[in-house]
Amino acid sequence: MTTDKEQYKVHKEPFYQAQGKEVVLYEAAYAARLPVMVKGPTGCGKSRFVEYMAWKLGKPLITVACNEDMTASDLVGRYLLEANGTRWLDGPLTTAARIGAICYLDEIVEARQDTTVVIHPLTDHRRTLPLDKKGELIEAHPDFQLVISYNPGYQSLMKDLKQSTKQRFTAFDFDYPEATLETQIIARETGLDEATSAKLVKIGQTARNLKGHGLDEGISTRLIVYAATLIKNGVDPKDACRMAMARPITDDSDIRATLDHAIDATFA
Amino acid sequence: MTTGIRPVTDARKRPMMHPQVQTYWHEVDCGFPPVADVFEECVYEALAVFSREQMKAYLEAARVLGKLGRGPEPMLAFLEEWPSVVTAVGADVLTPVMDFVRAMQKSPNGKAIAPFLQTLAAVARRLQSAEQLQFYIDIARDLMVRTTGSIHGHHTTFPSPGLPEFFAQAPFLAKLLSMAGVKNWVEYGIRNYGNHPERQVEYFQLKSADSRAVLQRERHGTLFADVERQLDLYLRALWCDSDTLVPYSTAFDEIRKPIPYYDKLGLRVPDVFDDAQGVAGLDRYRAVLAHMIGHRRWSKPQIADNWSPFQRMAVEFFEDCRIENLLMREYPGLRRIFLALHPKPVEDACDPETTSCLRHRLAMLSRALIDPDHGYADTDLLTFAGRFHELIAAGESSTDEIATLALSYVAKTRRQSDQLAKVHFDDTVVDYRDDNRQLWRFIEEGDEEEAFDEERRLEQNKEPQGLPPRHYHEWDYQSQTYRPDWVSLYEALHPSGNPAVIDRLLAKHAALAKRLKRLLDLLKPQDKVRIRYQEDGTELDLDVAIRSLIDFKGGATPDPRINMSHRTDGRDITVMLLLDLSESLNEKIADGSQTILELSQEAVSLLAWSIEALGDPFAIAGFHSDTRHEVRYHHIKGFSEGWDDAVKGRLAAMEAGWSTRMGAALRHAGHYLSARKADKKILLLLTDGEPADIDVADPQHLRADAKKAVEELATKGVTTFCLSLDPKADEYVRDIFGNRYEVLDRIERLPEKLPMLYMALTK
Ligand SMILES: Nc1ncnc2c1ncn2[C@@H]1O[C@H](COP(=O)(O)OP(=O)(O)O)[C@@H](O)[C@H]1O
Ligand SMILES: [Mg+2]
Repeated sequence: MTTDKEQYKVHKEPFYQAQGKEVVLYEAAYAARLPVMVKGPTGCGKSRFVEYMAWKLGKPLITVACNEDMTASDLVGRYLLEANGTRWLDGPLTTAARIGAICYLDEIVEARQDTTVVIHPLTDHRRTLPLDKKGELIEAHPDFQLVISYNPGYQSLMKDLKQSTKQRFTAFDFDYPEATLETQIIARETGLDEATSAKLVKIGQTARNLKGHGLDEGISTRLIVYAATLIKNGVDPKDACRMAMARPITDDSDIRATLDHAIDATFA
Repeated sequence: MTTGIRPVTDARKRPMMHPQVQTYWHEVDCGFPPVADVFEECVYEALAVFSREQMKAYLEAARVLGKLGRGPEPMLAFLEEWPSVVTAVGADVLTPVMDFVRAMQKSPNGKAIAPFLQTLAAVARRLQSAEQLQFYIDIARDLMVRTTGSIHGHHTTFPSPGLPEFFAQAPFLAKLLSMAGVKNWVEYGIRNYGNHPERQVEYFQLKSADSRAVLQRERHGTLFADVERQLDLYLRALWCDSDTLVPYSTAFDEIRKPIPYYDKLGLRVPDVFDDAQGVAGLDRYRAVLAHMIGHRRWSKPQIADNWSPFQRMAVEFFEDCRIENLLMREYPGLRRIFLALHPKPVEDACDPETTSCLRHRLAMLSRALIDPDHGYADTDLLTFAGRFHELIAAGESSTDEIATLALSYVAKTRRQSDQLAKVHFDDTVVDYRDDNRQLWRFIEEGDEEEAFDEERRLEQNKEPQGLPPRHYHEWDYQSQTYRPDWVSLYEALHPSGNPAVIDRLLAKHAALAKRLKRLLDLLKPQDKVRIRYQEDGTELDLDVAIRSLIDFKGGATPDPRINMSHRTDGRDITVMLLLDLSESLNEKIADGSQTILELSQEAVSLLAWSIEALGDPFAIAGFHSDTRHEVRYHHIKGFSEGWDDAVKGRLAAMEAGWSTRMGAALRHAGHYLSARKADKKILLLLTDGEPADIDVADPQHLRADAKKAVEELATKGVTTFCLSLDPKADEYVRDIFGNRYEVLDRIERLPEKLPMLYMALTK
């Protein structure tokens, strides 16, 4: 069975604005094939970072968006029924281990804990993946690496990683970039001028100041990118901000009024 | 005028100066000397306003009022007040007014006619329309009808005790309230004191507390109480500030109009703002807050002693403008609000020959410094505006720099007449600016040393009853070591009270409980949970069966566990609710209606009820401390106890006192929790402040210990979550609890918030 590595390669350089030393550090982690955990709030650039690193390292990237209904078979693989018998189909984790890809499990806490334990043998010195059903033990390809992302800001106490899982990863702590950096990101990502981008970032920060006071999370970089995209396409800035930044994050009328005011005060 | 002794009974014969007035005097046919005294003057005033027809009606009404048999007052009041009434709302209101007078006369309320007429003009001037005045009369009539009658079973009817008082207060009420508000205020008085003459009088005299409270509630404009949370959010979101907002009363302080200011205790703002110049009340609050924040960010106090009052005034105007420019740089949208609210003095409105024009000059300059389109032509003004903008163009400039500019402005534009006693005030007050008290330091004044002598309560005689103490270590962050067996914790069963109290609280929140119920139902584990991979089960699990079949056909050993069965309840959560019972819980919440303790009781009752409905095992305990030698831990509900009368009784008896030694209590609660078997063990802490105790001076110490306690619990599989009622909690709560916390800004929403929080946490 051969899988085309090329289809998983990131061919075009994704735009990624580094916030600190994360690029160098990731390269070091990869060189040692250490598993990596990227922590941080929604939409702060975790996935973009991993994509960028895969491009930079020239390795294939296989991304799995985790969810509650996911089973271990969804990761590892299963038999399919065919006219004349059955056929085994590798899951994304198995594929990655075979071809030497970076396997990125996005939002891992969404998966149930009994699902996530299948990654354990891949994360220690063994670097193996047992396919119990198939009776095969895969030795991970030398290029293979496991990366997970996780948002520690979730308030639900039900959604947390097991200590035994956490202890297997090196970790990056991401947060929303500081204002000038975030402004550059918005401008480069969307082509919007710097001055308007700076205003959007400022509004984003007003919401982040309310974290813990009625907001679980502030406005993400992703939402700011949305607003910038709308403005770039000719939408009135105030409307764009309301639609892409204020409305999505809250139903609390006091907070909405405050964010609306921040929008009006910023775009006079 | 005639002199000599006036025959008291014979005022009808009083000669008037003008023959026409004499004719009128005969027409009104009045024998009261006090009326005769003022009649001529009233007529002159009336003639200036009235047509002939109206004059006739005026005199006729006066005549009627003189014949009611109620002395001279009604007629006097009418003659004097009516011309003003007509000027304010037109002459058509005469009919309803006289109808109402007749109605009062027919009822036992004749004594209220004079008060009614005496304040009528003041009320009319406020209301400014005939419809509004009609509304006012309707309200008064309603009050009269519903409060006149037999009291305590007497057969005779009594006049309305509140009616004359109402008339006396009416101008004041009309000033503060819309007529709809007046109606609501009156309604409250009738409903609550309709049968209680003394209290009714007090209410309508605005003497009783609830009377004032209802008045406050009904005031027109934007009430501070209604927008407090929004203002708080505004400060946090736009200015990264979380200072306390303290409203001051504007209703009862007529002469000394308070001005916003800030001090150690917080930002002081009026309790209500009407819309003004097209700016909504809420935005006026925002302007006031932004201005004060600007001072706090950019102003540096100046030594006041060496400067004259004029110089200080100029420095204040310049500095106010500097910070406003910086504020508008930050949020350009503020410009609209500032410019709408800032007066725009007319350039030559002040005559320097007769009047002190300094204020006027400075107000114009102030306008010019924030408004590029000011349109003034004065050369000094233009020069200084130019220099001002040069200073701030490069950066923020500074209070020192701007003060120097202000002083040279005063020197350049000084006039002899600035010293005159007559000061031009029109259009010079910028009402969103604070009183600038923070801008000045006076050298003579000594620093007030505040003595922090904590009074230690001498309740030592009360020996704690119950179990012998348990000793806990405490973390010393200075040396990074534990102090072994440092704290003595006494656990005891909480004394019991009346469980019916709690049932009443729950009944009070019946509507909320209903809403919670719906949410709880969603959260409740589906009665049936599928358990897959069973060799013996109640039904075939098709997915698994097919997979096994595939395995079988593929030559692999099939999984025999192809059945599934059902089980009820999939939640495996155990929770301990730990309550801070320190002294501060006895404080009343902002609206003064309840203590924090009472609110906590309600909240805990609702939470307990909710958790009971979910079926999660839970326990409740409270704690407080009086030095490390005595941490009291009150058992309120154990895991094995039901949500029953014994538990409710203890909850009802809850009392607050002493301090908050959090670490020891957390460790003790945690040791119970870690002994439980459950997937998730949650320690939910409800507190209104930071850890503190009277034997610890360093505020960091108990914080660091609490943080350590939370970490210890985490290693034992216990997750700690803190709900804080302290608006200042941001400073420390994250340190202690990481991101497992929430600060409740509106404490009155606690009863709703606590159960909701629990549901959100365990979703
Ligand atoms: N450092 C960054 N460089 C470039 N783009 C970024 C960066 N951070 C955030 N973004 C933008 O924000 C969006 C959301 O980021 P993403 O990586 O999807 O968030 P996350 O995975 O953390 O939820 C990206 O699509 C990109 O437009
Ligand atoms: Mg306290």
